[in-house]
Amino acid sequence: MIFKKFNIENKKARDLIPQAITVLALLSVIIYFATNAQINMGNRGISFGFGFLNQEASFDITFSMIEYDGSHSYGRAFLVGLLNTILVSVIGIFFATIIGVVVGVSRLSDNYLIAKVAEWYVEIFRNIPLILQIFFWYFAALRALPLPENGISFNDISFLTIKGWYVPKFIWTNFNIFLLSVIAAFIAIYFINSYATKQREQFGKQLPATSISLATLILIPLITFLFLGVSLTFEYPVLKQLSSTVYTYEGGVSIIPELIALALALSMYTATFIAENVRAGILGVGKGQKEAAASIGLNKNQILKLVVMPQALRIIIPPTTNQYLNLTKNSSLAAAIAYPDIVLVFAGTALMQTGRAIEIISITMLTYLTLSISISMFMNWYNKKMAIKEK
Amino acid sequence: MNLIAKPSRDNIKTYVPIGLFLVSLSFLDVFINAFFKFNLMGFLPSQLSYFLPLILGFIGFYLIRIEFSGVRSLDVLNKNINSNNFNALLTLFTIFIIIKSIPPMLDWFILEANFVGNSKDDCTGDGACWVFIKVWFNRFMYGLYPNAEQWRINTAFLILFAIVGVSFFVSEKLKKYFILFLVFVFPFLGIKLISGGSFGLEYVESAAWGGLSLTFIISAFAILFCFPIGVILALGRRSSLPAIKYISIGFIELWRGVPLITVLFMSAVMFPMFLPDGTFIDKLIRVLIAITLFEAAYMAEVVRGGLQALPKGQYEAAKSLGMGYWRMNALIILPQALKLVIPGIANTLLALVKDTPLIFVVGLMELAGMIGLAKTNPKWLGMAIEGYVFAGLVFWVICYAMSRYSQNLEKKLSTER
Repeated sequence: MIFKKFNIENKKARDLIPQAITVLALLSVIIYFATNAQINMGNRGISFGFGFLNQEASFDITFSMIEYDGSHSYGRAFLVGLLNTILVSVIGIFFATIIGVVVGVSRLSDNYLIAKVAEWYVEIFRNIPLILQIFFWYFAALRALPLPENGISFNDISFLTIKGWYVPKFIWTNFNIFLLSVIAAFIAIYFINSYATKQREQFGKQLPATSISLATLILIPLITFLFLGVSLTFEYPVLKQLSSTVYTYEGGVSIIPELIALALALSMYTATFIAENVRAGILGVGKGQKEAAASIGLNKNQILKLVVMPQALRIIIPPTTNQYLNLTKNSSLAAAIAYPDIVLVFAGTALMQTGRAIEIISITMLTYLTLSISISMFMNWYNKKMAIKEK
Repeated sequence: MNLIAKPSRDNIKTYVPIGLFLVSLSFLDVFINAFFKFNLMGFLPSQLSYFLPLILGFIGFYLIRIEFSGVRSLDVLNKNINSNNFNALLTLFTIFIIIKSIPPMLDWFILEANFVGNSKDDCTGDGACWVFIKVWFNRFMYGLYPNAEQWRINTAFLILFAIVGVSFFVSEKLKKYFILFLVFVFPFLGIKLISGGSFGLEYVESAAWGGLSLTFIISAFAILFCFPIGVILALGRRSSLPAIKYISIGFIELWRGVPLITVLFMSAVMFPMFLPDGTFIDKLIRVLIAITLFEAAYMAEVVRGGLQALPKGQYEAAKSLGMGYWRMNALIILPQALKLVIPGIANTLLALVKDTPLIFVVGLMELAGMIGLAKTNPKWLGMAIEGYVFAGLVFWVICYAMSRYSQNLEKKLSTER
């Protein structure tokens, strides 16, 4: 009896005990680790700090989107790695989405063969570890490409060789004006669409918003080409002989094989998961919805745009964002084939040179963590926005 | 005009034979072209002979596309692969690509491949050099584990399979003891058998372990440990005590937010800094801890899904019977919640198996790592394709079987409810 009374009256006190124990245990582990780390670093004569980021890195990176060489700082090397990670993730996400949507829709095709082929694509590529796929593309498939002198040529504009893929380089004049015009076009499209939505919801008027938007997107940048001095020329790669047996391409942009292998493997692997999401999303829209939409007189396009897509997207987008996040995290497998991403450049080379394990691993993990948390925050915001509002 | 009338039941007698003939002709042409390198339509101009099978097949499919023909097999054919012009084209493309790709694949895998011999020089054919796999097979399975001691790994796995096999046939009561033995006793016996060092067994350090057996060992231990940790984390995240709740959330989100490779890097270079000077923890154990904690975070989210899906009434009913927190969870909540998320658990385990090759970053070599080692051996250069195709096949069989099993489980459980 006494025990029961104690329980009810001191519920707060009773709750406090396990919490206090947990916090204390956690704190003692942290303190234990921290003291050990301090002693170990003291023994090696290094002190905790991020000052090394300003020191000269003195190592080269094979592929960089910003100006970089050995004389730049470790901080700059980190930035190069981060940009490379973002580059391969963006390319991967772009192709994964395209392949994923095509395969996902194909799986629902009424053509038996197409549905089966899509199903086997998913079963094959989903069940092989990503790292093996990267190895396969890099060590097996891309190594089988020809040497530069007999590279596979696409209309003499672009060349695929064992050393990479050479593509024409875009040379812009007044690129800033063009960029501004594209941004302006997107802002205009946003206003056009919100106006069209308003008109539709208030007055029931149907404006051809899609075609107007498309026209805006083409017209505004076109004006800059015609009147504002923006122009675009291409610099094509040209085969050049270095010595009697060594050839290379000059000019253009070289896409290194590491990037191709990584982007290929990432997009083909992630596409299988996106395909499953797309399939689930389309199946998730009930047949009754389409029939109801048809019965109130919407035409086929309107049904797709106003009834099916919004509901399917609500199912598709959250897990797909998750897959984008996974793809970005999986891009860290780059380290296995020496694509200079953040893990290889920073947690690999820079760590070896400076020996600052704690700082460097923490920065790397924090970078990924920031990326993950910002994407999941965006996703929560989006889910809230798209949640079905009961009227 | 009568000649090109729309195919219908009236002209079925003439159209269907012609259509079927044209379709078979187009397949035959592609088939002969692919298998015997002989162009049946070679007498035609090159462009035309290239597209002729497609055109013939397309016309053929058009002619046999008769709605409600009354012939059952024709209706089934039309419905499934020939419902309109676009589908007919897709069907033709798919079949052509399949026919075209069979001979090169067959050549590479079997006909031109080399099976006999024991060095790279024996690979004289154009196809795959399976000699490479044959010679290295032992290494691919057992890593650098000494040949004379490999019976220990075999015995450990044989005992495991035997226990699992027998436990299917014994009574429910005995089964419980089997499972308890399997979870609490066997893993440590097995690891003692493999690592040795006592009972007259030679000690084999973990750096020598490798190959596919290491994949299984790591997967098994990570599964064993990540499951209870995941359940505790999931309960912690749902706890009403704020300190426990937020610590659990922080822990879960930290591991879920970073790639496994950085966690492995951490276990390799950062973790030793956190230990007293001179303490050395075996590399394999560090990797196991890293993978376990990483997968436990994912497991926690899966289990949380099950906990959230349970109706509130279950909690209230358990409480009204006077059950405390632990008894309520152990007897009422978890059995139901875990059953709900078995497919999710299976998927997490599948991801775990697929993640094991990443241990190469700390220098441990399971199957993929051993292939990386073998293909850089000077005597066996240029064997990357064979190696990775082999590893891909092995992993595919394992993962496909797992995913199939989980899908079946899902179906079975969904009908039971």
